[in-house]
Amino acid sequence: MKPRQNSFLFKNGLIFNTANSQFEKGDILVVEGRIEKVGTIPSEDFVGSIIDLQEKYVAPGFVDMHVHLREPGREDEETIESGVAAAMAGGFTTVCCMPNTEPPIDNRGMVEFIKKKAKNLLVAVHPIGAVTKGRRGEELAEMGDMLDAGAVAFSDDGLPVASSELMRRALEYSKMFDIPIIDHCEDLSLSEGRSMNESFTSTQLGVYGIPSVAENIVVARDLMLAAYTGGHVHIAHVSTKDAVAMIREAKKRGVRVTCEVTPHHFVLTDEVVKSFDTNTKVNPPLRSQADVEAILQGLQDGTIDVIVSDHAPHSIEEKQVEFDVAPFGLIGMETSFGLIVKHLLEPKVLTPAQVIEKIVLNPARILKLGSKDLTPGNPADFTVFDMDSEWTVDVNRFKSKSRNCPFDGWQLRGMIHGVFNKGQWWSESLSSTKKI
Amino acid sequence: MLSSRHLLGLEGMSKEEIQLILDTATSFKKVLERPIPKVPTLRGTTVANLFFEPSTRTRISFELAEKRLSADLVNFSASTSSVLKGETLRDTARNIEAMKVDMVVIRHSSPGAAHFLANCLDSAIINAGDGAHEHPTQALLDMLTLRERFGTLAGLKVLIVGDIEHSRVARSNIYGLNTMGAEVAICGPATLLPVEIEHLGVKVYHNLDEILSQVQVVNVLRIQLERQGKGLFPSLREYRQLFGITAERFKRVGRELVIMHPGPINRGVEIDSEVADLLAGGGEIRNVE
Repeated sequence: MKPRQNSFLFKNGLIFNTANSQFEKGDILVVEGRIEKVGTIPSEDFVGSIIDLQEKYVAPGFVDMHVHLREPGREDEETIESGVAAAMAGGFTTVCCMPNTEPPIDNRGMVEFIKKKAKNLLVAVHPIGAVTKGRRGEELAEMGDMLDAGAVAFSDDGLPVASSELMRRALEYSKMFDIPIIDHCEDLSLSEGRSMNESFTSTQLGVYGIPSVAENIVVARDLMLAAYTGGHVHIAHVSTKDAVAMIREAKKRGVRVTCEVTPHHFVLTDEVVKSFDTNTKVNPPLRSQADVEAILQGLQDGTIDVIVSDHAPHSIEEKQVEFDVAPFGLIGMETSFGLIVKHLLEPKVLTPAQVIEKIVLNPARILKLGSKDLTPGNPADFTVFDMDSEWTVDVNRFKSKSRNCPFDGWQLRGMIHGVFNKGQWWSESLSSTKKI
Repeated sequence: MLSSRHLLGLEGMSKEEIQLILDTATSFKKVLERPIPKVPTLRGTTVANLFFEPSTRTRISFELAEKRLSADLVNFSASTSSVLKGETLRDTARNIEAMKVDMVVIRHSSPGAAHFLANCLDSAIINAGDGAHEHPTQALLDMLTLRERFGTLAGLKVLIVGDIEHSRVARSNIYGLNTMGAEVAICGPATLLPVEIEHLGVKVYHNLDEILSQVQVVNVLRIQLERQGKGLFPSLREYRQLFGITAERFKRVGRELVIMHPGPINRGVEIDSEVADLLAGGGEIRNVE
């Protein structure tokens, strides 16, 4: 074999085959960032870097389609570079960043700025453009132009598209490009000035609660508008049992709807707010046990398509305040997979193949990111992990610049051993040997 | 013995602990009858009173208690929240603690503010009211009043009337009275009762006359005038009609009924002047802060 630039031979992996949803023993040869061969590949004649995967699992690179990278505007909390480092540690080779930056991502220039910043980084960073100019909810942003510059979807996340008329127009307009509108469903008149889920716990704590209907009302409206316009709505961070039920029913009717949940919404309930720990203050708020169970059911039966972290960095000084004045949000890219293994795989809520659907294949399909199959000719984009190592979350070891994570000290299962994307290999646990 | 060095709330506090506090208060009450109403219990102890919300009765009440117990005290009042002030609550409190303070009394508009301080300071924290969460000393005082009057709290039928949603006094009273074996009912407009309140072990009523005839004690909560016009109830006029302790209602009960009000009173709204004046004379609000 003649020497070629940038060649990697990954030996002894358990490689996910999208065709049959099985992990198969084998090696992967990567040349110039593309998969050249998958199967049994002898290393005798190979020239380049050899990495022994020690029978770890290899899946198409994980996708987190809902993160906040805070650049530009709050680089003290996160930058594209630090966010990408956190993504790699969490096993993600693709992230989609929400447009609630300062200034917001609502035009071509901003999309190009993000793309340029992330160009040479291992992780593919796809901007999600704002639905409306300035995220003000008044007039549509230039979706076509942003799409052309590399945006993959549109959302005013952090805020709903409050006007039904505007949401209708957004769905009609985005339908031309066959691109989803991602809506953060919240009726602000029901949630304003409120800090946690409205429940017995909020009554006990005297914390004013956000009722689940604040979410349900807007989900119901969006489903009706999607049905009416034929547009594709993607419901962000579903947190209530009624929203899960409505989406399930709408899917049956053929409405073009997809949706996502976060690990914190299927792992935690509002009981944890009793600590008054501001890292448990998140929007939508942590809900009840019944909501958690409905979400698990929705994940299982396919109502819920995607798992996202909704990674939302906040500075320590912003979070180390009284509960009701603290900002909403928690970081999750580095704990997402561990929570999925511990709380979905271990109790057999999902199979490994279903997990891969929800953190790889479904988001890639929804956002039209192209084939993620680990087959020759495709870009080499994969994540190496195990599903049994136990580890303890230590926020001080996070790659993220922020520390607002409610899972500090938790025992999780399933470790990320490395990621490969854009011709780059990153691993902290697997060594590579150069063969010349 | 008390299980915590802080007094953050009555939720979770045991019957024995509440009993101990009430017994101690009873014995201290005798001190007030001495020629020099002062004891050396807290000599050498420094207490900081941090009041982030306007307060008259609670602040004076704490100050007097601290002085009569011979503590050294410093007062800090700020009417704005930490965000507006530009300094965080944590920094304010740590600055004051750095001046060697043993105990911090805090009144704050945010629920959990006292818990927050307990987590970041070494001092003992006393919650003097945190948002709509708890106001343990007010409830202890109310229970002391009732125990003096009735001898025991067990089996006592107590009604709390008014804006439960926004009331820390209501929550602390419910927690404490339930623990002591009293039967607590609440009554108010549905819009001012927090969700699932019945799971706190209280009976919920919307018809004041129906429940008034069944109780021995009514604790009347203040209707904050700024709640009007927020869509929570149509008018103060209608509020008085449905939930006010009017003179007619009071007379209609036709037997002894202990009425308490944590103050400040909106005369003619939640309680008629006529009834309020009766109370002041009759002594039922003597222990009010």
